[in-house]
Amino acid sequence: MAKPKVAFYWCASCGGCEETIVDLAEDILKVVDAVDIALWPVALDTKRKDVEAWVPGEVAVAFINGAIRLSEQLEWVELLREKCSLVIAFGSCAHMGGVPGLANATNRDEIFANKYHRSATTENAGGVVPQTETAVEGYDLTLPTFWRDVKPLDQVIDVDYYLPGCPPPFDLVAAAVGAILEGKLPEKGAVLAPEKALCESCERNDTKPDEMTITEFKRTATSTPDPEKCFLADGYLCMGPATRDGCGLRCINGNMPCRGCFGPPPDTLDPGLKLLSAIASRGEADSEEDAKVLADSLVDPLGTYYRFGLPASMLKRSADTERA
Amino acid sequence: MADQQFEPKIVGFLCRWCSYTGADLAGTSRMEYPANMVGIKVMCSGRVDPTFVVKALKEGADGVLIAGCHPGDCHYSEGNYKAMRRHPMLLNLLDQFGVDPKRIRQEWISASEGELFAEVVSEFTDQIRQLGPLDWNKRIEADCETV
Repeated sequence: MAKPKVAFYWCASCGGCEETIVDLAEDILKVVDAVDIALWPVALDTKRKDVEAWVPGEVAVAFINGAIRLSEQLEWVELLREKCSLVIAFGSCAHMGGVPGLANATNRDEIFANKYHRSATTENAGGVVPQTETAVEGYDLTLPTFWRDVKPLDQVIDVDYYLPGCPPPFDLVAAAVGAILEGKLPEKGAVLAPEKALCESCERNDTKPDEMTITEFKRTATSTPDPEKCFLADGYLCMGPATRDGCGLRCINGNMPCRGCFGPPPDTLDPGLKLLSAIASRGEADSEEDAKVLADSLVDPLGTYYRFGLPASMLKRSADTERA
Repeated sequence: MADQQFEPKIVGFLCRWCSYTGADLAGTSRMEYPANMVGIKVMCSGRVDPTFVVKALKEGADGVLIAGCHPGDCHYSEGNYKAMRRHPMLLNLLDQFGVDPKRIRQEWISASEGELFAEVVSEFTDQIRQLGPLDWNKRIEADCETV
């Protein structure tokens, strides 16, 4: 029997998701024993016309990482959706928008103004900005359209499963590949990771006092967390209570509070607002002035509560607004 | 410039024990205040989850009022303190996202303060009228028509 074919594709991402596969080192040979890699732009030179020539269903599964920011990314993922039996949103950016999704806190004009005119390191005397169509020496050159919003994968195509994480840890990837090969997949739309919150497997949970009070928010940039203590009890904003388990506590073991890359556990309406509410209740402030001082001690609340999930959160604009 | 045609839509989350009763008092005392606010009775200002506030703003409200018992008077002893601590955190978050913090107001209004209730609603309605419509979905796209 022929080996099943898989495709890897990247959109607006950093390359860290490819690194998960590359990190396998020689174990990648075991992957290649089990499946044929039909598309993997980071390592193989497959062209779009090759993919266009695939028969629908010829490729068993596409692992797509990265958020959707450019018109070209939409064209690619629509093509892969058509040709592949299963589409898996791979990593935080495809799952929820990820770090690139924080750009939704501003707008396209501001981004272009900063990038091409204002920033201290920009030298652009001619005021040149990218154009979708340019005529140069008789040639018509085109660039993809830069969308107003960054979108997670499921806001543009139908997604079968999600592999969360920045990047997804390989044990979850291997379990997912195993489930696909054996045909033992859960219900469509599932996030292929545990359903409980991270705190439940965090060793520091035992150090959490019964009545936690938060007096100020500290930053890991300016002070070092106690290596044993619950981050929240120690005054560091940890996304653990509002984040899905399954990452293997990579940040916690590195003495960094959880940043929420796995996204919320099931049935959480909005992890950022919910955690804000929970944290605020535990704050130590008995007057409006003290409450303001406590709130102001958290630098960058948007980037802290929504580091990986702004485009998938309640704060997003509704899906029916036009794309470009 | 304030748009004279613009009628703000305001959602008011009113605590059942103090502020909602205060609103009743304003009504039974025949005090006049703008009809722009739709009051929603909640058991406690501490029950007003930030998701309620964001949902109201997303779905068309131009402003949100959260009113509860004065600190120390909470029927559940400290629900309004939770609301008090949450408020500046939510304002900071929404401010960073580009929503003017002046659109969300917290007030302590007791059951006997019908007059204060009418004043707060009048003042807040004026304030939102000055700020203009929020229009959550269009908020960022206004100046993004062209690439």
